[in-house]
Amino acid sequence: MSSTLVHGDSPSQNPVQQSSRVMTKPPPMKRARSGPMADRIFGYAAKASALITLVLLVAILASLTISAWPAISKYGLSFLTSTTWDPVQEDFGGLVMIYGTLATSFIALLIAVPVSFGIALFLTELSPAWLKRPLGTAIELLAAVPSIVYGMWGLLVFGPVLATYVQQPIQAMTAGVPYIGAFFSGPPVGIGILSAGIILAIMIIPFIASVMRDVFEVTPPLLKESAYGLGATTWEVVTKVVLPYTKAGVIGGIMLGLGRAIGETMAVTFVIGNFNQLDSLSLFQAANSITSALANEFAEAGEGLHQASLMYLGLVLFFITFVILSLSKLLLAQLRKSEGAKS
Amino acid sequence: MSATLSQIRTARFAHRKRVNIFATALALAAMAFGLFWLFWILWETVRLGLGGLSIATLTQMTPPPNEVGGLANAIYGSLLMVVLATCLGTPIGVMAGIYLVEFDSKSWLAATVRFVNDILLSAPSIVVGLFVYAVVVSRFKSFSGYAGILALSLIVIPVVIRTTENMLALVPAGLREAAYALGAPNWKVILSITLTAARAGVITGVLLAVARIAGETAPLLFTALSNQFWTSSLSEPMASLPVTIFKFAMSPYENWQQLAWAGVFLITMAVLGLNIAARVLSRSKA
Repeated sequence: MSSTLVHGDSPSQNPVQQSSRVMTKPPPMKRARSGPMADRIFGYAAKASALITLVLLVAILASLTISAWPAISKYGLSFLTSTTWDPVQEDFGGLVMIYGTLATSFIALLIAVPVSFGIALFLTELSPAWLKRPLGTAIELLAAVPSIVYGMWGLLVFGPVLATYVQQPIQAMTAGVPYIGAFFSGPPVGIGILSAGIILAIMIIPFIASVMRDVFEVTPPLLKESAYGLGATTWEVVTKVVLPYTKAGVIGGIMLGLGRAIGETMAVTFVIGNFNQLDSLSLFQAANSITSALANEFAEAGEGLHQASLMYLGLVLFFITFVILSLSKLLLAQLRKSEGAKS
Repeated sequence: MSATLSQIRTARFAHRKRVNIFATALALAAMAFGLFWLFWILWETVRLGLGGLSIATLTQMTPPPNEVGGLANAIYGSLLMVVLATCLGTPIGVMAGIYLVEFDSKSWLAATVRFVNDILLSAPSIVVGLFVYAVVVSRFKSFSGYAGILALSLIVIPVVIRTTENMLALVPAGLREAAYALGAPNWKVILSITLTAARAGVITGVLLAVARIAGETAPLLFTALSNQFWTSSLSEPMASLPVTIFKFAMSPYENWQQLAWAGVFLITMAVLGLNIAARVLSRSKA
């Protein structure tokens, strides 16, 4: 409704102008004259600000591509499959970092998705009403803790605990077992893919849980109450009514968490160990991720192929998160649309 | 026959009930799991951070290894860059939010801006650092406070756009129409009616943005870099609390690590305080 008024001139204008022409009375009020001009300037300023977002996205893509061009033109796509990363010989390939990023994010999702589902279930179906708000806030505060705090805590507090109470017992148990033992070999020092994955999981739980909670809440109460009325248990209502109804939104939330995990920098840099080799599949092995390679090496890398290769990694990172976040947005939008159609 | 049938039914009902109790218990455990990490992190931050905190932390410069010192220059650098980045990013974010709600809210341009903004909101902050490095630092051949401010303000903008848009959309249309009916021009309606009505929400958004950039390290690593000394000149490399923590925490020196914990304590309290303030503000209005 308001949008029709926004574009039109204010209704009081025309009479004022006419009367001023006919009767040669005092000039019209200043506001009536300056109004449209000021409006136009204001409108342009608003539009320009909005366009900055688009320009920013294009500029990020363009500047990263230009800076990475020496590496792109030299290696092409084989950069993505080569495991060599040798600043001395000036030979670069990004597979180690890409593997590190994907492996840690995968572990993070493996832990975070079930936990977030449990939290969302608790907050929407089980929690007493007076506890919902404080508990929801507490979980969201997990997202507010700066990532550098996670990093330092992970390196100096969590790492040693993980090494002593989790990694060493697991290693002792699986030492002789073929195949499985290989996943848990390596020095149990609390640094590596596993600890990075766990810390990422803690960091993305609040994102996934709050999206899940929000989409669970859009399920029409009528649907849930009908199921409860037929005698379904809470678990059955959630898995057979709520979850199918909110499927797209739940997946969107998981993608959002994945995007966060892939782009997380400082926490991973602290605990992943910054080790540029891919010689075992062990989860205890120190590794490297795209973000931690950038954080550690970029400021020291000289201009040239090393820096261009790091920019190439940054471009790959931006591309991966762009695709994942776009998918997440589309899935969440789909839920909103179907919700509108059904209600 | 019917006896066995009812037995089967009872058994199935008992099974469903067991599954439900089990799942409920797991949900409770998941909740406890989430809270456990929050309290563990906060507890360690307070325990190790308070120990390293003293008056010297706030008044002295960052020291060389194994000497007494504080974090004064890092705190000052962080405050300066966060305040200036907020001042730079907020007007742009608010104006863009106004555009999305008050101008062509249904056009393809607005839809695209919304989509892109949501992506920038969750985009890796280190990429913003790379971008500013490529555009500013490598051109002027120097790390600088200006580059840091620019990088942080690019993170502020999407946050402020998002909250401004959400909050303006909540303002009832009748309020705007009443103002238009009185003959107020468009800009005046938006600035002194719509925006004023959504004030609390917009301020919440700005607070959340400040909380976000106060803890950001990645975009500052290759823009503002760090500086061991006090500097007020924005064209020089500038120390900031998160980057100093990063440098000190990774070091083997005892006094550096202790200062890093003190810094972690300060930054966590500031960020959580801002978050809680933002929540209280938005709740008291809502």
